Amino acid sequence: MLADILQLFVAGLATGAIYALVAIGFTLLWQTSQTINFAQGEFVMLPAFFVLIAMGFFKLPFWAAVLAGGAVSVLLLGYLFKKLMVDPMIRHGVLPLVIATIGLAILMKESVREFYGADAWPFPPLAAATNVTVFGVSFAVQSLVVLVISIAAVAALQLFLNGTRTGRCMQATAQNPTVARLLGIPVERMILYTFLINAALVVLASILITPIYLAKFTNGELLGLYAFIAAIIGGFNQIRGAIAGGLLLGVVDNFTAVYISSQYRMAVPLVFLIVIILFRPQGLLGRVEERTV
Amino acid sequence: MSAVLSVRGLKKSFGGIVAVDDVSFDVHPGEILGIIGPNGSGKSTLFNCVLGQLSPSGGSVELDGREVTGMRPCDLNRLGVSRTFQLLQVFPELSVRENLILAGQEHRGNMLSRLFGRRDAGLGAEADRMIELFRLGHLAHQKAAGLSYGQQKLLDAAMAFMAGPRLVLLDEPAGGVNPTMLVSLRERLKALNTEQRATFVVIEHNMEFVMALCTRIVVLAEGRIIAEGEPEAVRNDPNVVRAYLGH
Amino acid sequence: MSRHRGAIGWGALAAACVFLLVAPFLFRPYGVFILATWAVMTIAAIGLNLTLGYAGQISLAQAAFVGIGSYITAYLTTRGWPFWPTYVLGGVSCFAVGWLLGYPALRVQHHYLAFVTLAFNTVIYLVFRNEEWLTGGIYGITNVPRPSVLGFSVAKPIPFYYFCLAHLALVSAATWWLLRSPWGRAFIALRENPIRALSLGVDTRRYTLIAFALGAGLGGISGTLYAPLVQFIDPTPFALGLSLNLLLMVVVGGSGYFFGPFLGAVVAVLLPEWTRFAQNYYLMGYAVLVMLLMVFCPSGLFGFADRLLSASTTRSPAEDGTPAQEAAR
Repeated sequence: MLADILQLFVAGLATGAIYALVAIGFTLLWQTSQTINFAQGEFVMLPAFFVLIAMGFFKLPFWAAVLAGGAVSVLLLGYLFKKLMVDPMIRHGVLPLVIATIGLAILMKESVREFYGADAWPFPPLAAATNVTVFGVSFAVQSLVVLVISIAAVAALQLFLNGTRTGRCMQATAQNPTVARLLGIPVERMILYTFLINAALVVLASILITPIYLAKFTNGELLGLYAFIAAIIGGFNQIRGAIAGGLLLGVVDNFTAVYISSQYRMAVPLVFLIVIILFRPQGLLGRVEERTV
Repeated sequence: MSAVLSVRGLKKSFGGIVAVDDVSFDVHPGEILGIIGPNGSGKSTLFNCVLGQLSPSGGSVELDGREVTGMRPCDLNRLGVSRTFQLLQVFPELSVRENLILAGQEHRGNMLSRLFGRRDAGLGAEADRMIELFRLGHLAHQKAAGLSYGQQKLLDAAMAFMAGPRLVLLDEPAGGVNPTMLVSLRERLKALNTEQRATFVVIEHNMEFVMALCTRIVVLAEGRIIAEGEPEAVRNDPNVVRAYLGH
Repeated sequence: MSRHRGAIGWGALAAACVFLLVAPFLFRPYGVFILATWAVMTIAAIGLNLTLGYAGQISLAQAAFVGIGSYITAYLTTRGWPFWPTYVLGGVSCFAVGWLLGYPALRVQHHYLAFVTLAFNTVIYLVFRNEEWLTGGIYGITNVPRPSVLGFSVAKPIPFYYFCLAHLALVSAATWWLLRSPWGRAFIALRENPIRALSLGVDTRRYTLIAFALGAGLGGISGTLYAPLVQFIDPTPFALGLSLNLLLMVVVGGSGYFFGPFLGAVVAVLLPEWTRFAQNYYLMGYAVLVMLLMVFCPSGLFGFADRLLSASTTRSPAEDGTPAQEAAR
């Protein structure tokens, strides 16, 4: 019994870690440029297809395909997204941009369905589908690999943000762009970096989660929802919060599916969301924000 | 007489920056209090804390002896506190008359009466009177967006008075106004002060305007009060002179 | 020049009304059905316009409310209830659900309502699909009867179309009246300048909640009409896709414009029928259109028309102070 719980827990942490990666990117975009990216889920869905195309059409081996697909994704979902969509629109305010990203999500989804197909394709996992036994409990190697990679990615990100000058400049930009500008920080470039980082994060998330979900054009819906909710329950303006939110969601989601009802699994994010909004609107780790005149 | 507004030990910090540092003052009924100070001295932040736009990091605000610290601006407004903004904030798509009716409608009746009652919430006559008072008659039905800057300033001020407030906080009312109009603006404000027996607090950069309009002055520098008193006394206070010249 | 603008507007409106009244005699039964669908969807879009265009909130749950209304009517009328009580029940219950959903979500300053409604739509869809005892699950509810009005059955396509059109007219009139009342003024204030509105005593939170709940209620009403329209209710139409479609309808038509939803619904409902050859690309094109609009003209097609028509009526504001100076003399 305990063994089952531990196994579920670790598996939940693994998927939760992936949600966390996506939620971090989402939070970063919001913090630095007030961009609410409703297409974040589709951003995670797409890179896997680029990899599949690189492997299937260009006959590249997996790792080369990942690099190629990843590079194309970062260009598209990072650089071009910012230059072609966010920059022209940010002057109209937050609302038009949000709506435009909703349109973008639809476009991405339908494009994949139209130009690649509506089926669900298998995606090569990073580790074999075997189990390893630790202290008498059997864990899926894949879960552990996902956890290790996610932790490494987050650690690398934190190191970058806290340990390098550019990273600290980015943090300053996220906290207060006006003051950052006064301090001589190239705010525009910092914002571009966050978009690129978000693109890298979604590529990583894509590689990690598509083996489990299979490559399907509808992946974005679910992933997006989980990412948004993870970001909110963690505290909309905190990276640590996004991590906490993602992990929490992943674990509870897993347990709900097994012990309560797999049919109403999707109710978990909603319940969490309502509870957090009612009792702790700033999120688990968030600070209370104000609107200034 | 007891103070209309009582600010005690008000503090506001943003991260490491202290914008308002232990500010205390009273506003007496019927007076026109001016708050002046060099740029960045915390005047607007102080206003926003008093008005509930920002929540103070410390200290308290009392209206007629009643604690109102951090109350939502709409609730404070219904207690009789009104304000104008530094950046013009009229409603561009509504006509001048509609702007004025809107400014007063939330003080009449309740939600249901506002839905099923008269279209102008019973404020038509009052709005017309304000239009007369501020000489905006020929513009009554024009969209606010089409007014000149000076006209919008007048409308802005008029809106603050629609609900018959006890206390009005004016944020840079003279900003950007043509010098010839300044005199008439000052006179209108003085007239409203006497006629409606409203108390004013004014933030202003224009020294001449402030000295002529206000009955008492408080000087802020780097978030702290450095001088307080009658206009002439304050103008000659060495601390004040230093604060301004130092910038 | 503004007189011309007014004349163009009234003329277009009159022409549209005439068209709507004679249309059934110009189309085959399927075409009439599409027109009736347009009318019903416009009601839902009008509701969403209140939420988005006036209160400035994104709601992704309008499909859920349409679904709730549909299932209420389908369930009850197939068990012998007359239509009218279900109509009222559908609208009121969706209003209540909207209130309950919006109350916590709108206490926060960010666009949390968007996410709450997103999650809500997802869950409601699951309820529709899983609770077979109530909704018939994936098998749905069949043979939903069409109502009678004052003893006359509106079951045939053409009478039913007029039935839907009448409801649309009713909802439009009610919304028009609402927007002309002090509430409408508060909504406009909310949209244009929430900070100033707050400082004038407008309880922005309360008004936003009302706008959202009303929008939800109208979604419910749209649903109660949808059930007898298609006469078969299953979960599929009420997935997130419809919510997105309704949102795009309002945006493309012009959010915040009274007639925006009407135009948006035309684009959303009628266009795919007329472009069957490019069926698969329709949704992509729609999405691209929305993105382009958001960059160049966020106020949608109506906003675009507005801009065109007022280009000739803009007068340059007089220089600072001069007219007031003259008035002051």
